[in-house]
Amino acid sequence: MMETSVQYAWIIAILPFIAFALIGLFLHRWPRLSAALSILAIGIAFLISLLVSLAVFSSEGNLVYEAAARWLSMPGLQVDMGILVDGLTAVMLIVVTTVALLVQIYSLGYMHGDPGFASYYAYQSFFAGSMLGLVLANNFGQIFVFWELVGLASYLLIGFWFGRNSAKEAAKKAFITNRVGDFGFLLSILFLQILFGTLNFNGLAGEIAGYTNTGILIGIAILMLAGPVGKSAQFPLHVWLPDAMEGPTPVSALIHAATMVAAGVYLIARAYFIFSSTPQALLAIAVIGGFTALFAATIAIVQNDIKRILAYSTLSQLGYMVMAMGVGAMTAGMFHLMTHAFFKSLLFLGAGSVIHALHDEQDIWKMGRLAGKMPVTTWTFVIGALALSGIPPLSGFWSKDEILLGAYASGHIGLYILGTIVAFLTAFYMFRLIFVAFFGSGEGGLKAHESPAVMSVPLVILAVMAIIAGFVGSPLMNNVFAHWVSYPGAVHHNPSLGIMAVSSLVAVAGIILAWAVYQKKMVDVAAVKTRFNGLYQLLYHKYYIDEIYQWLIDHLIDGTAKVLFWFDVYVINGLVNGIAALTGMAGQVLRYTENGQVQTYAMYMFAGIIVIIGLVMMAGFAIVL
Amino acid sequence: MQISMLAPEIEIALLGLLLLVLGLLLPHKGRGIMGTVTFLGLVIALLLSAAGFGQEEALFNGVYQADSYGSFFKLLFILAGLLVVLSGSAYIQRLGRRANEFYSFLVFALLGMVVMAAAGELITLYIGLELMTISFYILTAYLLNNELSVEAGLKYLILGAISSAVLLFGISLVYAVSGTTVISEIAGHMQFQPAMVAGIILMIAGFAFKLSLVPFHMWAPDIYQGAPIPVTAFLAVGSKAAAFAAFVRVFMLALPLPQFEWGLVLAVLAACTIILGNLVALVQTDIKRLLAYSSIAQAGYILVGMVAGNEYGLKGVLFYAMLYVFSNLGAFAVATAVEVETGSTSIEAFKALGKRSPMLAAIMTVCLLSLAGIPPLAGFVGKFYLFSGAIGAGYLWLAFVGLLMSMVSVYYYLMVAKAMYIGTNDDMTPIKPDTSTRVALWICLAATVLIGVYPAPLSALAQTAIQLF
Repeated sequence: MMETSVQYAWIIAILPFIAFALIGLFLHRWPRLSAALSILAIGIAFLISLLVSLAVFSSEGNLVYEAAARWLSMPGLQVDMGILVDGLTAVMLIVVTTVALLVQIYSLGYMHGDPGFASYYAYQSFFAGSMLGLVLANNFGQIFVFWELVGLASYLLIGFWFGRNSAKEAAKKAFITNRVGDFGFLLSILFLQILFGTLNFNGLAGEIAGYTNTGILIGIAILMLAGPVGKSAQFPLHVWLPDAMEGPTPVSALIHAATMVAAGVYLIARAYFIFSSTPQALLAIAVIGGFTALFAATIAIVQNDIKRILAYSTLSQLGYMVMAMGVGAMTAGMFHLMTHAFFKSLLFLGAGSVIHALHDEQDIWKMGRLAGKMPVTTWTFVIGALALSGIPPLSGFWSKDEILLGAYASGHIGLYILGTIVAFLTAFYMFRLIFVAFFGSGEGGLKAHESPAVMSVPLVILAVMAIIAGFVGSPLMNNVFAHWVSYPGAVHHNPSLGIMAVSSLVAVAGIILAWAVYQKKMVDVAAVKTRFNGLYQLLYHKYYIDEIYQWLIDHLIDGTAKVLFWFDVYVINGLVNGIAALTGMAGQVLRYTENGQVQTYAMYMFAGIIVIIGLVMMAGFAIVL
Repeated sequence: MQISMLAPEIEIALLGLLLLVLGLLLPHKGRGIMGTVTFLGLVIALLLSAAGFGQEEALFNGVYQADSYGSFFKLLFILAGLLVVLSGSAYIQRLGRRANEFYSFLVFALLGMVVMAAAGELITLYIGLELMTISFYILTAYLLNNELSVEAGLKYLILGAISSAVLLFGISLVYAVSGTTVISEIAGHMQFQPAMVAGIILMIAGFAFKLSLVPFHMWAPDIYQGAPIPVTAFLAVGSKAAAFAAFVRVFMLALPLPQFEWGLVLAVLAACTIILGNLVALVQTDIKRLLAYSSIAQAGYILVGMVAGNEYGLKGVLFYAMLYVFSNLGAFAVATAVEVETGSTSIEAFKALGKRSPMLAAIMTVCLLSLAGIPPLAGFVGKFYLFSGAIGAGYLWLAFVGLLMSMVSVYYYLMVAKAMYIGTNDDMTPIKPDTSTRVALWICLAATVLIGVYPAPLSALAQTAIQLF
């Protein structure tokens, strides 16, 4: 039963799409039914994923199943639609279906009464289906299709409240920023097809192992990296993710944890045979990831919006994962992706619970005293924050430790130190949030009340996952995760107590500092702000990256556009309109050949025959002569 | 030889006779079941043809062929017939007491098509062609109180008779030189003589009339406009595909003549047809005339595949003919529904259809975009095969003409879409087609999208069917 279940893995991706189609076509007038169908689809997908994963995991990662159907065939191009199930896929299936299922259940409460309830669930299903299709794909062509569908789904959901201008803008920003990365990704796919004639992962892995032109491989790897940099919001294409919180909060949870940003990291893992063949590309990945981790963490320290803090925290953690990939610790990166999915969706859903209770208040300074009013939300949130900060024995501790170990043991000492600093900052900004919003002296939380069970139960489940999900990758369970997800030639380093101790200590230090500053008010925050106003403003304005981009767009792109616009209006349009007018005139003239007279029609027919015979005879005589 | 190989033909013939008899026997009130009987009969024929797909057998010394090529087209005709019956039943019902013969003539026309596609001999082919054409003469003039319909029937009769004469003359010349009318034997007795060349050209002209290739196309718009709309739909799809089936079989198998490259003649005809069909379609204001010109242009595209004559081109001919059934009949089904509701076939009547009936408008748009060749719909894949075939065979200029004119076609197809979505209409009552029309529409929509997204199965089917060349 379990081993055969992998053959039916394709159903996992199909189910949400069926739900999407049924809701979109027939059920959208019945919101409750739509929601039920959507949850049912992802629920069954979750159960199948569970069976599939158990089958894969119980084989210690040796079970690999691939099946494909020919989708398009022509000389020189064979395109397949297929599925590939291995340890990496199995982990992603579990993560995506678990988080999507819980988010959809949670949304029953959060989105209650929204006029777009049915379409919200249609989009949710579409989002989940796209991501699952991406995870199951066995070739780059297919992964790209679903990659784009994920982008489309995120666009629809971020802009779900399209009545708000900011939501519209955020949706556009997410879509366009992603397109920049997708462009590189698509180019790399085209190069792979041209060079190797296949896009199948296993086929390419074999081809690339024997390929020696490293220059081209580096080019392909860097182009492909553009995709994850966009999708997983790495510097410099990170700008869309913080704005993406304009969508409903459960959507943010989904985007930040399971279905959107995870796609980029997953792609690096899936295409690891390409990246690992060129040390240069790996180094680029590591540097981008490390930089993003630090860069985003420093921004998170000074933000006031609860979702914005979490958004920058996601950026920072994604940087961690990408950095892990870059230092050769692919397994650790995926491990962190998994644990992060649980605690980050927990944090976002917790934030949603708070925002819901406070009627859309998102400023942490206007909250306070929530702990007494919303005990479940508060304590699950604290668990999430402890996991994120890397406090043992919660899940984040184990995965973060694996990454730091990977960086240290592979000789990237700089990145190791950077990672440790980020760990400190992470603990600090998370507990700044908690001490201000949940335990602070603000009055905002007084009127709050705990969210309904459909919202709080998913929080509890995720909190449990945030605590225990890390054990599979810990020495306590012999690090079985490394058997599930790995790559040929992976080096596993023995756990180092020293690194564990250091990372735990800096995390605790961060928490204590936050406690001292924001709970005990030992330091006058306002004074520090004024003293280092320049730095504060720089961080608060996110290093002015958005402003720089805006300036570039205004001057470079708009300028170019103006020139092209002139060309378009006066040269191209002139030509096109001229041709169109001519074409229309030709149609007008030709229609007069049609006069309704049978005699005329017959005459044209015979004239046609005579002309053909005449022409053929002239040509024919030429041949005979 | 086994009689079971002719099972689809026999079943269709019996169905036609049964419908005639039923019409006489049943009381007036009981004739409501005629549509159902036709539908069930055609479903059985479809199953029989599908079961026969894959056999390759020559019957009666090659006079009749039971092969995959014929079976492919049989499936095509029967599907077209089914869709016409489904989408036209509301319209046909309005014909009142004469509805029963209407069904039987439809079935006889279908039988004629089937014979044309499977004929292995020129006279048999001609008989099939006449059976189809004569049924269509009657069907075209079926609205006796409608001047346009009667006029169209008469015009079709006169011009059809002329073209039949031309075709027969061509056949007789070919017979005179080769001494046989069996398609598979003609090539062996081929001689390069003026009479043979003239025979080939006259046969081209005869088929060109059925395919409405320029300059033999002039009947088409008048007849398409005048005929009852289900007849127009069947004429545009079925009759054309039948002519292609016979045309390709005869010319590819019987008439290869090294000294006379008739492919070039066809290429010129195709180019003229594509250009004229698309240009004149631009200025039409009546949906039936627009679709008439569009179908003239579409025949030109399909001819490109035959001109190419290679694997891709021929596969494209079959592939395109099949998808054309769904896309074109989908468009006609919407037009029928609109005419049943508003009594008008003017494009004006489509104004604000997007609000009156979003589903109809959406299906119309999808079908028209498919005809225009927009990915990911079926028409794109079809044109891709046809034009790749042409490029492969060295007809780059022809592929270029086809692509250029496809761009022009987007304009008039989108004019209909524009009327549906941007236009305003005083009458905003929703148009609700009956269930059978809705089923037909959904089939057309599903097939148009599915063939476009996943072309491999149909492509494989077409590949099997063209093995005989």
